[in-house]
Amino acid sequence: MRDVAIIATAQTKHVRAATATNEVEMIQPVIQEVIERSGVDRHGFDFTCSGSSDYLAGQPFSFVMTLDAVAAWPPISESHVEMDGAWALYEAWVKIQTGHADTALVYSYGKSSPGDLPRVLSRMTDPYYEAPLWPSSVDIAALQARAAIQAGVTSEQAMADIAYRSRTSAAANPFAQLTSSAQPSALMDEEYLADPLRRHDCAPITDGGVAIVLAAGDKARSLCSRPAWIRGIDHRADGHHLNFRDLTTSPSVSIAAEKAGVANGPIEIAELHTCFTHHEPILRSALGLGDDVEVNPSGGPLAANPMMAAGLIRMVEVANRIHSGEVSRGVAHATGGHALQHNLIAVLEGEG
Amino acid sequence: MTDTTSSQPAPIEIPEGVWSQPAVNMSAVADLESVEAVRSVRAFASMTYDYTPGLATTRFLRAIKEKRLVGERCSETGKVYIPPRGVSPVSGLPTTEQVELGLDGTVVSFCVVNLDFTGNAQEIPYVSALILVDGSDIPIYGLVREIPYNEVQPGLRLKSVWVEDSELTTSFENIKWWAPNGEPDVPASDLADYI
Repeated sequence: MRDVAIIATAQTKHVRAATATNEVEMIQPVIQEVIERSGVDRHGFDFTCSGSSDYLAGQPFSFVMTLDAVAAWPPISESHVEMDGAWALYEAWVKIQTGHADTALVYSYGKSSPGDLPRVLSRMTDPYYEAPLWPSSVDIAALQARAAIQAGVTSEQAMADIAYRSRTSAAANPFAQLTSSAQPSALMDEEYLADPLRRHDCAPITDGGVAIVLAAGDKARSLCSRPAWIRGIDHRADGHHLNFRDLTTSPSVSIAAEKAGVANGPIEIAELHTCFTHHEPILRSALGLGDDVEVNPSGGPLAANPMMAAGLIRMVEVANRIHSGEVSRGVAHATGGHALQHNLIAVLEGEG
Repeated sequence: MTDTTSSQPAPIEIPEGVWSQPAVNMSAVADLESVEAVRSVRAFASMTYDYTPGLATTRFLRAIKEKRLVGERCSETGKVYIPPRGVSPVSGLPTTEQVELGLDGTVVSFCVVNLDFTGNAQEIPYVSALILVDGSDIPIYGLVREIPYNEVQPGLRLKSVWVEDSELTTSFENIKWWAPNGEPDVPASDLADYI
């Protein structure tokens, strides 16, 4: 295996609705910023990969228009995933492993504001049995939360505590959308949005994006004083149909964590793609994290949830803390689909 | 959602061995063996979106409402893009300089459409062309009329034909079509960079 590291990162200031800019205008400053930070020439990347979804913009091939921001002429080696950017990073990592690239630019973005996001996300369900019922993402998450509470995995009080901790942690995150919270006791007095979920249990709807640069071996060392090395990365999927799964656990996370080597050393921080508060205890358990592990010091998706970017941002948040020397080893998690269906786990480490 | 099972076309015959699945065991559900199989389900779906043109395209649309065509220039290559999307696809940098363009253009390439796939929006045959607006560096699509279709060729000079001033909106549809402006053809060699 080749050593591959995240050597530079950038992200938008996440907002509820970026109504002035189109997608390429929203993501271009972030791409320009990460390129300048990386020290790689704008036209010098061996590979470029992006993640986005036409369903968010309501526009076919919307990703093609954002390619304007990567200086794709003369022609470049480029790919796109209709997935969170964490999977775009995975594709770039594979490309580098094959020896076809030493550097890669990866970016992803989502403007959820043009549509009705919970309804748009209902289109991810299977087209025959579930999609015709138009179950929203919040409805499905509520089924999972109820199952988790009944199984003793969490409680409404524990979920309110997670919401409070996440959004107050985000006060130190200059990119976060929500940076404060009422006390958990006050949160518990709120009405249900979808029983047992209250508004605070749900990630906000967000417009935003993220970009990173990957580099291999000595190239990474020459461009970055303390690269965030990807020591293990794996992704696994549970069944698509909700009724194929025990929603209170995440076997795919456990398998990916084992393959990525999460338990091969101490975990100092974990950035988890928790779109709902009850995801955190399910993921903590599936990852085998001890109670002492700090989860989502950035505030996580509960503080800013740009679709298609929130997973890659988890890797960025861990990488940033390795770049700064704050931590030496952390785990990042990204998810796709409903109720933690598809999961990617990456272990990032600093040297020395 | 509407089940239109009964009005579906008959299933296509597939050659033996091309596609096979084990027979479904329906013995657990009483009487299911005797009913007609559902061959398809049609589930209608629609979603409503707000469209955000963005900063550059908004500037373009505001101008087109005033019967002006405004492109934006790449700071690195000097190329002018229309309609502008805000970023130069060659440099990856924002286009910040607005450029007032002409209302005439030149045919770069074209095709004669003989197929009615627009639902009688145009009488066939008609000519759809790539038109290089004066002052810009990338051709846009346009309808060419007021000339026999077999006389259209690359280099043909055109003027834009607009809706009445009272009907102008923030829409490309302000230009009804393009028609010959009487100027001599542009030599093909001048168009080499745009084809």
